[in-house]
Amino acid sequence: MGAIYRREMGSFFTSGLGYVFLTVFYIASGYFFYNDVVKSGLSDTSPMFVSMFIVVIFLIPVLTMRLLSEEKKNRTDQGLLTAPIGLWELVLGKFFAAFTLYVIAESIIFVYAVILRYLGDIVWPSLLGNYFAMLILGAAFIAIGIFISSLTENQMSSAVVSVFIFLVLYAFDDSALDKLNSNSFFSKVFKVGTREKMLDFLSHLSMRSRYTEFTKGVFSLSSIVFFLSIVFLFNFFTVRVLEKKRWA
Amino acid sequence: MIEVKNLTKRYGDKRAVNDISFKVEKGEILGFLGPNGAGKSTTMNMLTGYISSTSGQILINGIDILEEPKKAKANIGYLPEIPPLYMDMTVDAYLNFVFDLKKCKLPRKAHLTDVCNLCKISDVRPRLIKNLSKGYKQRVGLAQALINNPPVLILDEPTVGLDPNQIIEIRSLIKKLGKRHTVILSSHILPEIQAVCDRIIIINKGVVAADGTADEIAKNITNEHKMTLRIEGPTHTKTDKEQIVKAIKEISGVKYVRADMEREKGIYDYDVETDGKTDVRRDINKLCFENGWNILMLQLSDLTLEDIFLKITMGESLDVKEEKAEKKPRIKINLMTEAEAKAADEAAADDESDEEKGDEE
Repeated sequence: MGAIYRREMGSFFTSGLGYVFLTVFYIASGYFFYNDVVKSGLSDTSPMFVSMFIVVIFLIPVLTMRLLSEEKKNRTDQGLLTAPIGLWELVLGKFFAAFTLYVIAESIIFVYAVILRYLGDIVWPSLLGNYFAMLILGAAFIAIGIFISSLTENQMSSAVVSVFIFLVLYAFDDSALDKLNSNSFFSKVFKVGTREKMLDFLSHLSMRSRYTEFTKGVFSLSSIVFFLSIVFLFNFFTVRVLEKKRWA
Repeated sequence: MIEVKNLTKRYGDKRAVNDISFKVEKGEILGFLGPNGAGKSTTMNMLTGYISSTSGQILINGIDILEEPKKAKANIGYLPEIPPLYMDMTVDAYLNFVFDLKKCKLPRKAHLTDVCNLCKISDVRPRLIKNLSKGYKQRVGLAQALINNPPVLILDEPTVGLDPNQIIEIRSLIKKLGKRHTVILSSHILPEIQAVCDRIIIINKGVVAADGTADEIAKNITNEHKMTLRIEGPTHTKTDKEQIVKAIKEISGVKYVRADMEREKGIYDYDVETDGKTDVRRDINKLCFENGWNILMLQLSDLTLEDIFLKITMGESLDVKEEKAEKKPRIKINLMTEAEAKAADEAAADDESDEEKGDEE
């Protein structure tokens, strides 16, 4: 795992992709920090984090799009898959490399915290809660992104599909479910009892609702378990995709 | 060292590799020969655990590659058809990466220096791989396979795309490596296999068509009982030809005579086939002497490996003597009847496109 991790980290910076990612992340977060926090005159950082969700949607695919697709395209996967390492090592090495870069990007928050200290008080629990929420949201998105990357040989299609899926996950929140509930077709198809049960089930799956919960200062264990499960599940799927390729 | 039993790989209905079995002993250099799309790369990918087999078993050093992949893979150094190089890394960084990837326990600096010296890439170590020439890339690929001193080396077309000098260099390197490693090497270039390998397996349409040393294969397929003669008759006309054919036919032991082309004006070549037991050369000489004909040339048909390869891979049926094949059980020659060959041809035509698809995936 160490070898893969180190290679990917090195590659982020030799290819310049890491710099692009960090630069865009810092500019976007800086803008939202200024717009949502500094300009509003409140010391609450939550609005910034709500906006950052969108940034994450577009930037995570930059990290994950080439992780496995490029290996396949350049046939370097032949070197990896015939080396005496397990598939989990391979996938987790890549996952943690992308995650490390994401953490580096996100930790700019602490620079903003220092700036905020000059301007006023910081609500540390809210800030840290938000920071943590964004970390595990990012981890989940990275796992999903790597999974999508394992399905294709083309970086661009990997990125486009990832952005699309992240956008769907973004749109999928409580208000979307309310709209679904009032949809006449939906209410015709499902009976009253099942409808409520279904919507309830779906609302538990909404990443955005869970993320928003954090930004409001609710630190919920079930949400943490939810995001970590997504991380595990999609890394597991990626391992299966690689395994399946051998047996195809 | 390597044992392959009834290996089969199917893509859908198509069999890319069909029931291949062979053994490679320690220190042997085995050449895999076959036309494009014969199943060489598929077999090698299975040997290295990159893809799985549909059925059959592969034992590397007694370890099943599907049961204990990590342990088995630790014994193999693999140079695929396209070397798995990361273009954005320097040679040094890449070799260090492979060193870590293979969890090599040898002293890092000394081992990498050794490998680089062996492959003659010491002077390009600080350079980016993408800036190297094809020959250097190939050598870096070979160096990568050599890291951790695996007892088995599997090289898929190692000289493809190199210039003649580089080919000779790589060949002598492989020969050198053969002293310490068991090597399997694939190629569709005959002289290469002949120059480097102790033993040859010819693969065609997913099956083993021949297995043995170059001489053994040649002996079993060549028709030692065939020869070509050039005889000058007295009149330099076609009547000579008929007369000569008729006379040779009467010699005991001659099975078949055919007049070939007119090589020199009025002088023809004759293909003579005997029953393989009697040596008719003296009789022919005597016959010519008595008739006043001049033998200008007598040549035993000596099939080169090239001829054999062509014969086998073109699906041409060969005249091989059964008892001979039995005497040397190590040599196996699968001959197809015409009907079988035709069916196989059709299957192979589909197979090829299929394999290409598989490669691209």
